[in-house]
Amino acid sequence: MALPERRITLAVGVSILGGIALFVGLAAYALLTVDIGGSSDRVIFDAYVWRVTRFTLLQALLSTALSILFAIPLALALFRQSTFPGRIWIVRLLALPLGLPALVAALGLIGVWGRQGVVNSLLADIGLAQPLSIYGLAGILIAHVFFNLPLAARLMLAGLERLPGEYWLIGVNLGMRRFHLFRFIEWPVIRGLIPGIAGLIFMLCATSFTLVLTLGGGPAASTIEVAIYQALRFDFDPPRVIALSLLQIAMTGLLLVIARLLTPRVAESVTLGRSARRFDGRDVAGRLVDGFGIAICTGFVALPLAAVVVSGLQSDLLRLATDPVVQRAVVTSTTIALASALLCVAGTLSMVFARQTALRPRRPGRGARSLAAGIAGGSSLILLVPPVVLGAGWFLLLRPFGDVARFAPLIVIVINALMALPFAYRILDPAISSHRARTEVLSESLGLQFFNRLHLVDWPGLRRPILMALSFACALSLGDLGAVALFGSQDMVTLPYLLYSRMGSYRTMDAAGLALLLGFVCLILTIAGTPVEGQSERVDDR
Amino acid sequence: MRRILFSLMAAAAVFSFSAASAADQTLTVYTYESFTSEWGPGAKVAEAFEKTCACKVDYVSVADGVELLTRLKLEGASSKADIVLGLDTNLITEAKATGYFAPHGLDGSAAKVPGGFSDDVFVPYDYAHFAVIYDTETVKNPPKSLKELVEGDPNEKIVIEDPRTSTPGLGLLLWVKSVYGNEAAAAWAKLKGRVLTVTPGWSEAYGLFTKGEAPMVFSYTTSPAYHVIAENTERYQAAAFSEGHYIQIEVAGMTKSAHDPELAKSFLAFMTGPDFQSIIPTTNWMMPVAAGKEPLPDAFSKLVSPKKTFLMSPDEVAANRKAWIDEWLSAMSQN
Repeated sequence: MALPERRITLAVGVSILGGIALFVGLAAYALLTVDIGGSSDRVIFDAYVWRVTRFTLLQALLSTALSILFAIPLALALFRQSTFPGRIWIVRLLALPLGLPALVAALGLIGVWGRQGVVNSLLADIGLAQPLSIYGLAGILIAHVFFNLPLAARLMLAGLERLPGEYWLIGVNLGMRRFHLFRFIEWPVIRGLIPGIAGLIFMLCATSFTLVLTLGGGPAASTIEVAIYQALRFDFDPPRVIALSLLQIAMTGLLLVIARLLTPRVAESVTLGRSARRFDGRDVAGRLVDGFGIAICTGFVALPLAAVVVSGLQSDLLRLATDPVVQRAVVTSTTIALASALLCVAGTLSMVFARQTALRPRRPGRGARSLAAGIAGGSSLILLVPPVVLGAGWFLLLRPFGDVARFAPLIVIVINALMALPFAYRILDPAISSHRARTEVLSESLGLQFFNRLHLVDWPGLRRPILMALSFACALSLGDLGAVALFGSQDMVTLPYLLYSRMGSYRTMDAAGLALLLGFVCLILTIAGTPVEGQSERVDDR
Repeated sequence: MRRILFSLMAAAAVFSFSAASAADQTLTVYTYESFTSEWGPGAKVAEAFEKTCACKVDYVSVADGVELLTRLKLEGASSKADIVLGLDTNLITEAKATGYFAPHGLDGSAAKVPGGFSDDVFVPYDYAHFAVIYDTETVKNPPKSLKELVEGDPNEKIVIEDPRTSTPGLGLLLWVKSVYGNEAAAAWAKLKGRVLTVTPGWSEAYGLFTKGEAPMVFSYTTSPAYHVIAENTERYQAAAFSEGHYIQIEVAGMTKSAHDPELAKSFLAFMTGPDFQSIIPTTNWMMPVAAGKEPLPDAFSKLVSPKKTFLMSPDEVAANRKAWIDEWLSAMSQN
């Protein structure tokens, strides 16, 4: 890479990282300095806080472990069986839970696992009277696996699909059996991805709030996020809010560092970028085992979604779809989702490019290494900053500039983009790293300039991960409620906001219909984010 | 990307500009979302009030009453609110402590609330008693007292709300405290077995209930009226408790920074008048505090009407809320 280009890449990365730090820091500063009349007399780290911290850790660790454990066989099976009818729809399905607001997911899960759910009625039919209870730790785990198993499987599948096709040829030539293929080819890839994915899932579970409370059974199941929410909402005690947020960040940050230390370095290999064709898993037994695994996991994810669809179909969909308020909410939600996804992916790309450029010299200097570490850490930990805290802080900052509601769309877009950053980072960083490893030498030797390389080499190779990152970011932003809650005004009503408000005024049926509508919008974005395989293969083989 | 951002900002700017120039006199009312929603009282109230004044009513709505107070604290003195409508009595002390509210100077006798309530800053506009709502198809012997609820069959579950995050949750906490006093912790420990789950807010709890997950839910005496009038079903009924019921009273007040204090005051007076009061029952699903233009719909006369009403003073709630929530937490967290 030419020197000026290297400098520009680094400078852009540094300024984005700085921008994020400033955005979060200013919000925290504003909250800490606000005059609330009377000081907080409460000890911040009391027994209660330690109790919720313990539970947060426990449930998040268990949820993460289970999600990863089940995601591995699913990703492997989907990868092995690369062609069967409906595969693309299963892959698309895996991005859907992310876009569901927690309440919708909870009601969907209850439709399957609840006291009156499908599973319990089946159990009753075969004569088991005692109903299976979803309320308690089990319910929290089921809900978190429902959200995160698909996410982990999608990320692992993307990692496996980056494997050079030559590996399988060699594997077949050496007569490797399934176990050996797993041990020498697949497992190293997955092992390299696990710390990143686990960190992401851990953070999602640690900050889980509505799900944990609704399915937790009682206040023994509370996360730090609940304490933060209470401190901001009921007590309006900003110092406590900030202290609890810092506790959440420090605790998770420590775990992420440990995970990072345990991560093996994955060597990227130079290949022809041949698409992976598998020669194993073609026999009947292999297909049956894989098919069974795929069916179980798909059923686990699809059934609660089906419950959402079924209850949605009972509502007056025609009236909802023609309601101007609903139409406006759809437009608002999609606009915010698209804008924040674009912002998120653009920012993530610049940061990933900067990080990898910084580490490029054989011996990166201290500055370069800390920049790389800052980007990796910053893009992860942002997920732990509760959106309501950012929202409240920026509300205070913008107050002197007149009507805060005017800035609401902008702030919500930025906050949503930040929340999606860790997802985009997990998708793009490994993809770009292996793409670079494959194309760097060739591009350099051809002397391709920035735009030519972008057009001829990077875009075809990175199109799929970029689209996937966009669709994940869109889904996440679509289901978000946190950032909108504080700024919420009549002029900016999103679908989840409308859904909650209908539920809050007894319109449960309407809310079910809106949930279906939300899922539908999410599905459309997912389809756009998961192009049919054939197209990308043509690009690859060209 | 930039174009999308720009058009969003431009759209927002146009909105606020048109709102400011539409009428010389604008009364800005901060309220909660369900008040201004499609079926809420908001639009009808605005229309009725605008007939009495040369002014325009402009709403700014947030999620709920607690969020209202948080919003005010965030906005500080720069708030453009003239009227804040939708706090409940439990939030009054904290609201007054912000120093943003001005005394209304009205005669307090216009509003009649069970148990009686009057305040020099806040005017009540509706109320409802908290109640356990049960599904008549699954509950054959509904509890007849709080004691029966606490000591009843643990297999017949109830969904309640969390007092840390919702006003109904706080209401149940205060109700149990009013009835059991020092024995409250023991009562909670007993009730715990009957509680299916504790949700963050009313919406989640009621959603679980109508989905059939639990045969009982903690809600309001007025909830059955919604099902009768809007859904034409008498399936969901409130259980009358012999000890009496705790009440939630919704109030509104005017801010010190109100642009036109006289206009704001006239709105507060309008709230207890027949026009406003007629709108409330079938839109906000709460009881009116004064006579409307017509008698209440039939469904309302069949509602549970408690003989005794519990209400703690706002100061008492403010002073003890944290300690009582801690007590609830430790009683409910024991295994």
